Amino acid sequence: MKKVYVNEERCLGCHLCEYYCAFANSGEAEFYKAFKLGRSAVPRIKVEDGNGINFAVQCRHCDNPLCMKNCIAGAISKVDGVVRIDHEKCVGCYTCVLSCPYGCVAVGKDGHSAAKCELCTANGGIPQCVKGCINGAIVFEERGETA
Amino acid sequence: MKFDYVIVGNSAAAAGCIEGIREHDKKGSIAVISDEKYHIYSRPLISYLLKGDVSESRMQYRPADFYKVNGVETLLGKRAVSVDSKTKQVALESGEKVEYGKLLLATGSKPFVPPMDGLDSVQNRFSFMKLDDVKGIEKAVKKGAKVLIIGAGLIGLKAAEALEHYGCEMTVIDLADRILPSILDKQISEIMQRHIEAHGVKFLLNMSAKSFNKNTATLTNGEELQFDILITAVGVRPNTELAESAGGKVERGILTDKKQAVKGVKNIWAAGDCTVSEDITTGTSHIIAIMPNAYAQGLVAGHNMAGASDKFEQAFPMNAIGFFGLHIITAGAYTGDCYEEVDGENVKKLFSCNNKLCGFILMGEKIARAGIYTALIREQTDLTTVDYELLCRTPQLAAFAKEKRLDILSKGGGAA
Ligand SMILES: Cc1cc2nc3c(=O)[nH]c(=O)nc-3n(C[C@H](O)[C@H](O)[C@H](O)COP(=O)(O)OP(=O)(O)OC[C@H]3O[C@@H](n4cnc5c(N)ncnc54)[C@H](O)[C@@H]3O)c2cc1C
Repeated sequence: MKKVYVNEERCLGCHLCEYYCAFANSGEAEFYKAFKLGRSAVPRIKVEDGNGINFAVQCRHCDNPLCMKNCIAGAISKVDGVVRIDHEKCVGCYTCVLSCPYGCVAVGKDGHSAAKCELCTANGGIPQCVKGCINGAIVFEERGETA
Repeated sequence: MKFDYVIVGNSAAAAGCIEGIREHDKKGSIAVISDEKYHIYSRPLISYLLKGDVSESRMQYRPADFYKVNGVETLLGKRAVSVDSKTKQVALESGEKVEYGKLLLATGSKPFVPPMDGLDSVQNRFSFMKLDDVKGIEKAVKKGAKVLIIGAGLIGLKAAEALEHYGCEMTVIDLADRILPSILDKQISEIMQRHIEAHGVKFLLNMSAKSFNKNTATLTNGEELQFDILITAVGVRPNTELAESAGGKVERGILTDKKQAVKGVKNIWAAGDCTVSEDITTGTSHIIAIMPNAYAQGLVAGHNMAGASDKFEQAFPMNAIGFFGLHIITAGAYTGDCYEEVDGENVKKLFSCNNKLCGFILMGEKIARAGIYTALIREQTDLTTVDYELLCRTPQLAAFAKEKRLDILSKGGGAA
């Protein structure tokens, strides 16, 4: 199945993907509104800039998703290869934040729910971080992994 | 009644077992026995239900069609009273007998209520462990009610948080000198205590109740305290009676091997809060009463019961929990060298010994990406192979050797 992959060599650490991600998941109609007016949309992708290197990290949709297994509410499931959070069930305990070995589940904006990359399945199906990356540092492709 | 697999208990460990069995055996018959009459629900969510954050249907731990999809027969509202490991039968209170090919004990724990004079004269006395407890409290609680909670641990404080929504006047007493003693050190416990006190909860520490006369408690300092509702949340004890009746080894909890097979008997496994685990952060064996542990053990038991071979070797305590909007994430043991950042309610403490991370306490904004630290404990990572200084400041994958990092980023991760 297609997943988002990062190209460390091409990443300049501009953080643009974080903005596109946060906007796509914010439910706002205009870009600036997701971040201004006291709102700060939460990105589900994270650009690291430690140790002089840059790269973006987001959910790997693991074969063995510890966030899902450890979820105390049964709010996380894996459907068609995508690990998803049911926000109706999530109570924001952040056991998934505790569990994800890659630090890919974020504390939600309201502090009541967790947020993670769902490959933009709810936003038209094209990952907006990939679309917005002007350097080709993030790609959405098939690498023959099992789902 | 006869089934290939019988599970006593219908909670996290049971879910793990059912899913584990079905990975390897799609056909074998499975029965779940529980004295609770409900569809499998998330126990920790009872406080969210009381608070009004979730409805009963939203607190289900697995979807409504879970039993159907997995071909599970349910015997709910039925209590198992003994197990005969020779005839391979579970005896129910109703007199029925359920024959098993393989049996999982996922019986969890029950509240421990210390003997206190006059406790039986108290009206509106509850534990806080089950859906039925919440139903009882919901009936008894009136706006502004006076509530006395005995026990300032996770369960007592989750009850307090939920009851704040009813405008209750709450007093929490505990024999210990601090709140949440099992997961916080003294300094961070005090920060959390102040946070909770700001929401109107009163604490009396180093204190217990000597006796009760109806709804008046006499405390160990002689003070009398009148209340409408009493919640006892002092501690829990594992349900080990079935394992004992079957001839299994029981110490503080049920003893199992790494495959979750109960020691001393055949064809019986155990998982979850009723069992003793070997804690990789301390090397000691104790009960680790948390959902992730219950599920993981249940899953391993299920794999083995279905004929595969699997081991659970990564047990350690870990908790993610919030009170009145202040979140904490903790794991492991708090010994060894400590890296520390304390900035108001934003706190980080990392404990390392012998070049391994053995525990951490994170609070407030510092909980972000906590799982990177958890993985260091789970995988027993040699800290000389990572940039630990960088990791201490901010949890990040950049602190790992390039090879490891690329492995994570270029593949599905496949979290071990
Ligand atoms: C208020 C509260 C908050 C919590 N918060 C958290 C949290 O935030 N994170 C976390 O990780 N953990 C939390 N826990 C702990 C967590 O709920 C347990 O670790 C988990 O439920 C253990 O699952 P289990 O399957 O081992 O057993 P249990 O959930 O205890 O289920 C055992 C079941 O077996 C049934 N049973 C027992 N004996 C018999 C018998 N003889 N016959 C028939 N049925 C029987 C019981 O009635 C029960 O339904 C919390 C617990 C409580 C009470």
